[in-house]
Amino acid sequence: MLSNLLKKGFWYLCLVAVLVFLGWGLTVMTDKIDYTWYWNRIPQYFFFTGEVEKFANENGTIHIQQLDDKFSQVSLEYDIGTKDTFKVRTDSLKFQDGDRVTDVDKVGALQVFSQGILIEGLITTLEISLYSSVLGIIFGLVAGLGRISKNPLIKGLATIYVELIRGTPLLVQIFIFYFFLGTVLQIDRFAAGTMALALFVGAYVAEIIRAGIQSIHPGQMEASRSLGMNYFQTMTYIILPQAFKRIMPPLAGQFISLIKDSSLVSVIAITDLTKAGREISTSTFATFEVLFTIAAMYLMLTLSLSMLVRYIERRFAVSD
Amino acid sequence: MIKIDNICKTFIVGTHVVKAVDHCSTHIKKGEVVVVIGPSGSGKSTLLRCINQLETIDSGQILIDDVDITHRKTNINKIRAEVGMVFQSFNLFPHKSVQENINLAQQKVRKRSKKEANEKTDYLLKKVGIEQKAHVFPSQLSGGQQQRVAIARALAMDPKIMLFDEPTSALDPEMVGEVLEVMLTLAKEGMTMAVVSHEMGFAREVADAVVMMDEGKIIEVGDPEHFFTNPDQERTKLFLSQIL
Ligand SMILES: Nc1ncnc2c1ncn2[C@@H]1O[C@H](COP(=O)(O)OP(=O)(O)OP(=O)(O)O)[C@@H](O)[C@H]1O
Ligand SMILES: [Mg+2]
Repeated sequence: MLSNLLKKGFWYLCLVAVLVFLGWGLTVMTDKIDYTWYWNRIPQYFFFTGEVEKFANENGTIHIQQLDDKFSQVSLEYDIGTKDTFKVRTDSLKFQDGDRVTDVDKVGALQVFSQGILIEGLITTLEISLYSSVLGIIFGLVAGLGRISKNPLIKGLATIYVELIRGTPLLVQIFIFYFFLGTVLQIDRFAAGTMALALFVGAYVAEIIRAGIQSIHPGQMEASRSLGMNYFQTMTYIILPQAFKRIMPPLAGQFISLIKDSSLVSVIAITDLTKAGREISTSTFATFEVLFTIAAMYLMLTLSLSMLVRYIERRFAVSD
Repeated sequence: MIKIDNICKTFIVGTHVVKAVDHCSTHIKKGEVVVVIGPSGSGKSTLLRCINQLETIDSGQILIDDVDITHRKTNINKIRAEVGMVFQSFNLFPHKSVQENINLAQQKVRKRSKKEANEKTDYLLKKVGIEQKAHVFPSQLSGGQQQRVAIARALAMDPKIMLFDEPTSALDPEMVGEVLEVMLTLAKEGMTMAVVSHEMGFAREVADAVVMMDEGKIIEVGDPEHFFTNPDQERTKLFLSQIL
């Protein structure tokens, strides 16, 4: 018992040692190319505080109310009857209570806390992954059911879709969507990127769903149909709920891949996490720091998704 | 009640053509129990599966209460709801409790309210002798109990006829009795039944007719006594000597 624990502890120590060695190797390598790390340049691209100036939009009268020792509430009553109210820093005020202001006068300023381009990129990546996942599930479900259909037309179309998508590189698909379909159908780059990813993931989801459904014993379909339930009811109440449990792990893997694959939309100038990183590295020259940072951010996304999936799986396992 | 007229069903596996059901005709009257026997691969299951259209027939006609069930205007789901089927491997829905197994089609097909379905289910579970198991999952039941739930599930649709495809052959010997007992009760209550089974004791007690199949053909029909005393066909004699 104790010796087992010691043995395990030994191997954990070895693991730490290997990681330390790898980290050391990294510093040695960067020393070799004379690289100076500027990690302090990165945080501002997550969040920054900036000064926002407030202006009058018409001619009118200013009313100022002190809120506390730092801020004041300003309300501008314009001659045309409209009103503007906002908060500014008291020491930045250029007017006094009751003064007249004219159009485009600067009234004061306020420090605001804003999200940097990395956070914006992260949000874009999340959005595009989420939209294309939802669409991808729909495409995948339709195509997956189509693949097991007995109707040659439906089966043929579903098979062509799946093979076409799986047989061509995602990068090429994104270009086709953006340059060809985007131009022909007049859709913007975000929509084109989302559609390309959705169709891409849909083809893989279709195969996962097809395999999941086919793994359910045919007796289930027969028993349900013999009770008079139609195909749709049988799928909804009998087959898909059972298949879902088996589909879950590969499906989760697919969506984790999707988050990573979404980085390819940066080639059509969508400012996702990857594109944000590239933009920052051209302005800061902290290329490696930026690359490691966005890699860590992707890792954070994928790890939290796989943890979520594991949690859901455990919940499901308990239910039966 | 059920008229099977000259039906054929052929499977093509690769280059192999299997005449699973080959020009079969028979007639089951209301309240009758017909037992189908025959060697493995003789087409007993296929014949039964044709009756509720789990297999589509190639030619011939099947009439249930004078309705041609293979006609393309016939609503097949409606026919299937009227024809109960019990499978060798039970085929209960493993993700649903016993009660849900029996309720589901009542609610979705018969459009009964949850309350009506529950009442019917309770009644049927009592009838097959497992009323205390309503809320367990199929995997927690013995084979005999599962098969009784499957029978209750089929009965819940108020079928005009019940089809049984070797309902006891996947069971441990000590559980065969409890399932046969339920079937005996049903038969005595006047349920119309077609049963593929080699339980000759059951056949002797309730069968109105026994049908012997071989290589897709019905080769002999008679009452059970006829089969036990002096069957006409050599093939039948040989087969019975093997199973008795
Ligand atoms: N779905 C199918 N595809 C191809 N061949 C089939 C199919 N179903 C049945 N067969 C073939 O049809 C023939 C009759 O099969 P069936 O299952 O009706 O026989 P059975 O009398 O029920 O046999 P058993 O006693 O083994 O259940 C067999 O030769 C079988 O291989
Ligand atoms: Mg059979």
